[in-house]
Amino acid sequence: MKTPIYLDNHATTQLDPRVLEAMLPYFTEHFGNSASRNHEFGWAAEQGVEKARKQVADLIGATPKEIIFTSGATESNNLAIKGVAEMYAEKGNHIITAATEHKAVLDTCKKLEKSGYRVTYLPVKGDGLIDLDMLREAITDKTILVTVMYANNEIGVIQPVAEIGAICRERGVLFHTDGVQAVGKVPVDVNKDKIDIMSITAHKLYGPKGVGALYVRRKNPRVQLTAQMDGGGHERGMRSGTMNVPGIVGLGEACAICQREMAEESKKLQGMRDRLRTRLEAGLDELYLNGSWEHRLPHSLNISFAYVEGESLLMGINDVAVSSGSACTSATLEPSYVLKALGLGDDIAHSSIRFGIGRFNTNEEIDYVADKLINVVTKLRELSPLYEMAKEGIDLSKVSWVNH
Amino acid sequence: MAYSDKVLDHYNNPRNVGSMDKSSDSVGTGMVGAPECGDVMKLQIRVNDASGIIEDAKFKTFGCGSAIASSSLATEWLKGKTVDEALQIKNTDIVNELSLPPVKIHCSVLAEDAIKAAINDYRSKQTVKADVGQMEHAVA
Repeated sequence: MKTPIYLDNHATTQLDPRVLEAMLPYFTEHFGNSASRNHEFGWAAEQGVEKARKQVADLIGATPKEIIFTSGATESNNLAIKGVAEMYAEKGNHIITAATEHKAVLDTCKKLEKSGYRVTYLPVKGDGLIDLDMLREAITDKTILVTVMYANNEIGVIQPVAEIGAICRERGVLFHTDGVQAVGKVPVDVNKDKIDIMSITAHKLYGPKGVGALYVRRKNPRVQLTAQMDGGGHERGMRSGTMNVPGIVGLGEACAICQREMAEESKKLQGMRDRLRTRLEAGLDELYLNGSWEHRLPHSLNISFAYVEGESLLMGINDVAVSSGSACTSATLEPSYVLKALGLGDDIAHSSIRFGIGRFNTNEEIDYVADKLINVVTKLRELSPLYEMAKEGIDLSKVSWVNH
Repeated sequence: MAYSDKVLDHYNNPRNVGSMDKSSDSVGTGMVGAPECGDVMKLQIRVNDASGIIEDAKFKTFGCGSAIASSSLATEWLKGKTVDEALQIKNTDIVNELSLPPVKIHCSVLAEDAIKAAINDYRSKQTVKADVGQMEHAVA
């Protein structure tokens, strides 16, 4: 077993060597511009791009013509939301999203608010899921778009996407979902889920960074987007710019591998995740699982280790790569807005760790991480005045703290 | 974030971890910070009533590595000092000793506050004791 151990697969994933293999010829031999229509070099590149387009489409039950290649999910989210907002401005100016969305969605919405759009930020329930009745009530005749992520990047909960899609379809509102964490991990079908637009990125599914896709429905309804970059009119005019051919080929191959191996892989990852949870719970008390356990990605675990501060916890497990819900390392000292949206107190939010298990992890690594965490948390709790007070039966929420 | 060797040393081998009887007249307890801010420090001193010297110091801290190191260092510095000398400890001394980066200066401020809070607690107990003593004297 080699350290450091990587358990931060929501942040990014290791490129699968098979993906790299598929990409390599497109850096050298097939270096052509896929838009060059009159020579072999262009044709070879175009072939690579079109094969990838089909591979991406197949993974999500779409047709190849509905796939637009982009530089990644941030661009895809921007193009989807701003593109709809501009294209459908005459129909309405209201967008609905959720409080726990990624910043690429939230900040895009905030930008639109500055230019006169109205945005509703749906709260989430304690399990991290939106309330469908609140969504129904929030839709007005001015609503043009609902954008709710498929699965959350911090807590791994899967939103009731098919139900959201059905509500949107019934009310004639477009539905965009940020599918970054879900696509390739759980079965996603744009028709079954009634998704109209979906953002995808390669590096979360063992592909390269810097390439992503946007699914844009062509039929029932036909979705149109206003391009956000002007240029050569690539990608049905929605996304100009010379194609990142090796990256796109990598995205396609990564999708094809996910499609072939998802059933087996998700079982394996879920087994490791459950093993980690079981071991931690056997060795430690006062653990809190964040987000719905039932509606969850198979490789996701977000746990609060009560009475232990996240950054000191990460310091004690410095050969394990995970993320803390506490942003104490930045100057803001603010805990995660996602955990706060679940209604967690700041202290519990400060104590949380996100584990993202991936294709290349092993049971041996899981056991090492669990043992190490048990040791460090035990040690830090001996150091923690809060743990001592809790054990004395003091209700920490009733203490008047001296803020500074 | 890269931690200085001294912060790592205090984090890995914290000095003087523990608790003392907070009801004792010779023990001063300071508890500062708040869980929602991500730091709570509890610092205690035991003072020799006759000499005014801090004979023992203990801490418990919920917080990042720099907060743990700041309070651990503070207990080391407190031992053997008189209460008046202890009041001279400045957060900047802690920043310099531990090479804390700017985002961690609040940890040192918290440690200084904890020292002051512990001394205030000790002194208020002494004042009460003196008052009670005077009252008893008057009654007698």
